[in-house]
Amino acid sequence: MLPAFSVIFLTTLIGVGQGLFLALYTGQVYSLAKLLPAQDSLSFYAIGSFVALGFLAGGLLASFFHLGHPERAWRAASQWRTSWLSREVIVLPIFMSLVALYGLVHYVGWTTPMFTISGTLPVDFTLLVGFIASVAAFALFICTAMIYAGVRFVHEWHTWLTVANYLLIGLASGFMLAAAFSAYSSVPLVGFFGIWAVVFTLIALITRVTSLIRNRTLRHKFNLKSAIGVRHSNIQQKAQGFMGESFNTREFFHHKSEGVVRTIRYLFLLLVFLVPVVLIISSYLMQSTNLPIVAFLVQYLGLMLERWYFFAEANHPQNLYYQTKS
Amino acid sequence: MTQLALVIDLNVCVGCHACVTSCKEWNTSGWAGPMPDQRPYDADPCGVFFNRVQTYEIGEYPNTETLHFPKSCLHCEDPPCVPVCPTGASYKREDNGVVLVDYDKCIGCKYCSWACPYGAREFDEKNKVMKKCTLCIDRITDMSLPESERKPACVLACPTSARIFGDVHDPDSEASRAIREQGGYQLQPEWGTEPANHYLPRRRTLMHIHRDELIRADNPLKKEEVELPSDQETIDDIAW
Ligand code: SF4
Ligand code: SF4
Repeated sequence: MLPAFSVIFLTTLIGVGQGLFLALYTGQVYSLAKLLPAQDSLSFYAIGSFVALGFLAGGLLASFFHLGHPERAWRAASQWRTSWLSREVIVLPIFMSLVALYGLVHYVGWTTPMFTISGTLPVDFTLLVGFIASVAAFALFICTAMIYAGVRFVHEWHTWLTVANYLLIGLASGFMLAAAFSAYSSVPLVGFFGIWAVVFTLIALITRVTSLIRNRTLRHKFNLKSAIGVRHSNIQQKAQGFMGESFNTREFFHHKSEGVVRTIRYLFLLLVFLVPVVLIISSYLMQSTNLPIVAFLVQYLGLMLERWYFFAEANHPQNLYYQTKS
Repeated sequence: MTQLALVIDLNVCVGCHACVTSCKEWNTSGWAGPMPDQRPYDADPCGVFFNRVQTYEIGEYPNTETLHFPKSCLHCEDPPCVPVCPTGASYKREDNGVVLVDYDKCIGCKYCSWACPYGAREFDEKNKVMKKCTLCIDRITDMSLPESERKPACVLACPTSARIFGDVHDPDSEASRAIREQGGYQLQPEWGTEPANHYLPRRRTLMHIHRDELIRADNPLKKEEVELPSDQETIDDIAW
């Protein structure tokens, strides 16, 4: 498939936004359980939520560049019964509104507990909104991933590993950004977020490499024989029906050499997984506040390559019909 | 329920592309149009077509066979491209089973094209919507046309009558009979998309001629000086 930059930005940016929000909320829940020092509502949670919102809005903006008719995008909310794309179109704005509300409530400091559960757990409005937003964040991960995992014709995507990768990579990059954000605003949570970022990055490494191995050994169940309905082991296309290009030759091929694809694979494995983990560990050892920021930037760069590869790797059965340009 | 479809006879298709050009001619100015081209007269031309004729070579020289293979939307009975459309722009007509795109609703997300294993949908770069074969919906439903012309443009244009148009749910239609009697098959049946369009396979025309059929033993002028194969009576004896 052709990797489209709009979709690369959309999926990576909202993944970071979702992950960052979940990181902030995890921090809040931990501090409630007195496992972490409580943070300032305004400077940490509110600003953090707005940063997450910024990433989500960036992703949303990128998605409009993918559409031929962005002014009709609202129509895409209508087929949620059958289309994962439609479900994503619904969940994304809901999640964004919840994050905005979460940030706003923290911003105005409306954090006096409304009631207390079993005498020990004070529940304020932010905790409730944050909980609903967290559910929406997970729902959004599933919707986004299922857009790809649900296309049963693309074997490379049609697996639970796609969902696992979107979820784990989103969490990893979000917690990485949370660590960077804490380091930037001198909040003593760098270690906490950093450890979780490393944990998610390493689990994501396992699922991503598993999917790479799976796709490498994948045996496609489609072939030219059933594509044109001729039982013969030696069929060659002599003409695809036109001598120039078509939508079919553009949209479904990555048009890069095998070498480029391979290089990008090694590069993304390095930049998404290895380098950020090393950077976070060294930042812990060196007590550096810059390294977590560098770690996030490197990982994000790697993520764009990872998404590029995700598309490039996918082999669509329609390609069987477009093998010979003449 | 009616399911209109094409049955394409690969045994008689000569790969002349008449269906391709007549399709473009009719549809670019009809309901489904326009079908714009980019750089039509330059290097690397590109454009929207609903129908393409491809050519395959089967076997190894000198034992090869050339197959011309027209390909368009197959109007699947269980079209995977329809449920994935987020806007409802892609739909299957209840009354005749034709799969269509509502160009006023389509947002151009291209998701449907990913969900078609046959590569039957082509994006219109100029109007930014998805296009595909409509079975000439504006012709086949136009009651002001005489019945003989209420057929897709490609069917009318085909010089070898390789394209049969009809209701594949009606067992007595010409299309159904052709599928049944001449081994009609579907493309990539393994997906369970149930394409409504069918293809008739290449058929080898074999004729067995026996030696005695080459010689007219009953030639009244006896030009061939045939010796009768035996002294006994033969059915050819009648001539004597
Ligand atoms: S051939 Fe492709 S576009 Fe046509 S109905 Fe089937 S899946 Fe949809
Ligand atoms: S490109 Fe148009 S018809 Fe296809 S899925 Fe998107 S909105 Fe539906």
